[in-house]
Amino acid sequence: MAGTVTPHDAKTLIEQLPILQVLVPFCTAPLIVLIGSRRMAWALAFAAAVISLVISYALLMQVYGGGFISYQLGGWAPPLGIEYRVDAANALVMLLISAIATVTLPFAYESVKDEITSKNHTLFYACFMLCYTGLMGVVITGDAFNVFVFLEISSLSTYVLVAQGAGRDKRALTAAYDYLIMGTIGATFFVIGIGFLFMSTGTLNMADLADRIAEQGTNRTIHAGFAFIVVGMGLKAAMYPLHLWLPKAYTFAPSAVTVFLSATSTKMAIYVILRFMFSIYNPDFIFALNVMFLVFMPLALIAMFSASFVAVFQVNFKRMLAYSSIAQIGYMLLGIAIFNLSGLTGTMVHMFNHGITKALLFMGVGALVLRTGSSFYNNLNGLGRLMPLTVAPIVVGGLSLIGVPGTAGFVSKWMLVQGAFENGWWVVAILIVLSSLLAVVYVWRAIEVLYLTEPAEGAKMAEAPMSMLIPMWILAIACIWFGVATDLPLGAASTAAEVLLSGSFGMVE
Amino acid sequence: MIFETTTAIALAMLIPLAAMAGNMAFKDMPNLRDGFTFLCAVLTFCAVLVVLANEGNSITSEVSLIEVFPGIDIAFNVEPLGLMFAIIASGLWIITHIYGVGYMRGNDEKHHARFFACFAIAISSVMGIAFSSNMFTLFLFYEILTVSTYPLVAHKGTPDAVKGARTYLAILIGTSIALQLTAVIWTYALAGTLDFTQGGILVGKVAGWVVPVLLGLYAFGIGKAALMPFHKWLPAAMVAPTPVSALLHAVAVVKAGVFTMLKVGIYIFGIDFLAETGASEWLMWLAAYSIIAASVVAMTQDNLKKRLAYSTVSQLSYITLGMALATSMGALGGGMHIAMHAMGKITLFMCAGAIYVAYHKTEISQMQGLGRVMPITFGAFLIGSLSIIGLPPLGGSWPKFLLMLGAADTGHLIIIGVLMVSSLLNVAYLLPIVGRGFFRPLDDGAPTKRYEGPVLVWLPPALTALGCFVLFFYGGALQSFLLPIIGQ
Repeated sequence: MAGTVTPHDAKTLIEQLPILQVLVPFCTAPLIVLIGSRRMAWALAFAAAVISLVISYALLMQVYGGGFISYQLGGWAPPLGIEYRVDAANALVMLLISAIATVTLPFAYESVKDEITSKNHTLFYACFMLCYTGLMGVVITGDAFNVFVFLEISSLSTYVLVAQGAGRDKRALTAAYDYLIMGTIGATFFVIGIGFLFMSTGTLNMADLADRIAEQGTNRTIHAGFAFIVVGMGLKAAMYPLHLWLPKAYTFAPSAVTVFLSATSTKMAIYVILRFMFSIYNPDFIFALNVMFLVFMPLALIAMFSASFVAVFQVNFKRMLAYSSIAQIGYMLLGIAIFNLSGLTGTMVHMFNHGITKALLFMGVGALVLRTGSSFYNNLNGLGRLMPLTVAPIVVGGLSLIGVPGTAGFVSKWMLVQGAFENGWWVVAILIVLSSLLAVVYVWRAIEVLYLTEPAEGAKMAEAPMSMLIPMWILAIACIWFGVATDLPLGAASTAAEVLLSGSFGMVE
Repeated sequence: MIFETTTAIALAMLIPLAAMAGNMAFKDMPNLRDGFTFLCAVLTFCAVLVVLANEGNSITSEVSLIEVFPGIDIAFNVEPLGLMFAIIASGLWIITHIYGVGYMRGNDEKHHARFFACFAIAISSVMGIAFSSNMFTLFLFYEILTVSTYPLVAHKGTPDAVKGARTYLAILIGTSIALQLTAVIWTYALAGTLDFTQGGILVGKVAGWVVPVLLGLYAFGIGKAALMPFHKWLPAAMVAPTPVSALLHAVAVVKAGVFTMLKVGIYIFGIDFLAETGASEWLMWLAAYSIIAASVVAMTQDNLKKRLAYSTVSQLSYITLGMALATSMGALGGGMHIAMHAMGKITLFMCAGAIYVAYHKTEISQMQGLGRVMPITFGAFLIGSLSIIGLPPLGGSWPKFLLMLGAADTGHLIIIGVLMVSSLLNVAYLLPIVGRGFFRPLDDGAPTKRYEGPVLVWLPPALTALGCFVLFFYGGALQSFLLPIIGQ
């Protein structure tokens, strides 16, 4: 495993992978603007995503069994210089983000043409790449302030992306504005939290922060910093009750943007919470434990039930999925609160599994919107018979969202329930399965609309274009594949959980 | 190669999937499509017979397909109870398919390809259930069975059908996820394994109140066993076309439920463990209640299929009762009842479908004198009824005998009384249908010429009625075949 690399070593390409992960999309963005052709913009973005996917996979394979890769920017040794540090936890998240980007872009090609005014297309792809850069940067970096910088890069471009939905529905503008305000508050809280940390430790490198806190003990400033960081990132993660921006943003953003954001951006925020909680604030830290038990668990349970309940009554497919996302984020937080290997593995693997599931479902809705122009249930009657190839993957996604055995969603719920039982929290275990029943209700409402209602008289509907069907089917197969052959996500997730629980950044006992 | 047990098990699950693919591919060529499915059904049955020829009634060690969670595999093995279930389901699939083709064509139902395709997936998952070697694998196929039968219940697409299908899904998915899954994961957390093991896996791992509570999670969580109060899905599912009611809701789905119940009782808890802890006593009383109550409700139903559905609810509780008695006789009786009830009840349902195809009658009160114009159908119905009631020389008499022995063993004389009363109630709600058919005059203006509907519709029930006779004479053989499940 690559350890620390001294500045004077000549580096091989393999050793440069961590920085390329950020640089490739970062350089693609201006290139897209300069070239200015829509086809080229798309092609460049897609190429960048594919390269980045390969890099993610290569990085994950290096840290799959434990260990970490440290990369020093410009050869400046940490804690002075900025360090990128890859371990199983963030490698898995990077794999998820880059995989989602790679399947979203082919989907986006038709969808963007349909939903966004044509003069903005190249800028859309440039923004997309910037957003992607930001997400990757947040996840890969080992420097607390650097997290903030990349967070802002991704957030600012996200606001622009959400606002692009205005071509179809003007409410996208207010949705983007809401998100902007909330997101900025979140980022501000986060940077204040970092400020507190810096104030009492004098360092920004995560590994160094952990050491110093362990050395000097804790104080009220550090506690306050923790609170700010959790609230700030909780906002970005749409942690209940900080989720208010999410339904609007997801509903009114262009389909391709919703697909990408739903699968990646909240997961990124959850990852940051995990990272700060476990790698910086040592988990033996009684304070963090209390936060988890007294704050995360109740909030997670409330989110699981209330958001699912709200989802049941939605009449807009896309909005229903948005509420379902809030509930699913509850599961991830619950896994953190369960605080044992199974629970944390559940969180990590649910980030991955829910990412692919939700991306699939939002793609499905996007495809239906492309053909019918609306995502309201009363416009989707009987489409299962008119466009079977487009609707079938939606059913697979729905089953995975419920957590039916044999699908990806089942694996993560199993781990969470098992974790709860291991703690003896059987009430929580029962609540997890009960809340899945609400998912049955809201998913089945959609399926009944799609299959059991009569299509409009004489309606003829073409299947979605190949460029949408292929990504959807890939994700649908992935939902089933990862429900049965669980090696990759589950193996990586349990290594990640071990890494996090051991309290160090990248070390496994 | 083909004749190896492992391959045969794989084929038993894969051939029905081929049938599904065939139905998709030959969507618009009805004869080719239905012929191909028939061929697949026969081949599936042959594959199961190969397993029987190879393994007899031994219990084999598991073959793992893939590891899903650490220590939990999707894995299969052969044991007598599962093998018996597989033989019944695949054998009756052949007959039901013939019947189904006659029914669907005779009745001008729509979407044949989708219908037979879903049917085939259901059979494939039943094979998976029958050959599962651990509770996880069983649960997986249990859920696939639920999801794949949902389109069959909703098949007609009418508001009634959609509503019935919704109840069906809500209860089956609801109980299985909320209760059964909890029980499965809890079991795993307690025992560290989910493998079906002779004598159970929970011995020494739990004690006290946890045992009856865990058993309760299973008993109610296995919604397919239709234990009251989670039985409503079964009458709701009667909106499905009759072949579905016949094979799936008299045989495959409900038997998957009670089969799971027996597996849990015998291989997860262990009969002796249940007897020691007395954890299943409450379940015994509940099953007894379910037997009587469902029979009483059946008497009030005028819709023939609904009456049969409540009768099924009652009969399924015999099997749950057999497990809850926590004696070897009870478990054997329960196991045998899976086979005997299957043969009897499928006959009754196919007769009900034949009456519908020929005369479009669904209510018992409309069936005056129909026995005169369809004697074969009503004759088969009579034989099926007698088997359900438990009169010799019909198969249904054996399990009741064993259950009574089991009840006597444990000194529960009231249970013997319950079984007797239940037989009388069966007489009261089944035989009047036959009597009405044969002895009442036909309604005015009804055709008096003998017509039984297409041959594909009346022949299958006649065959299964014959099967009820045959099973009586092989009752002893079946009993000794099942002996290994109680460790003998």
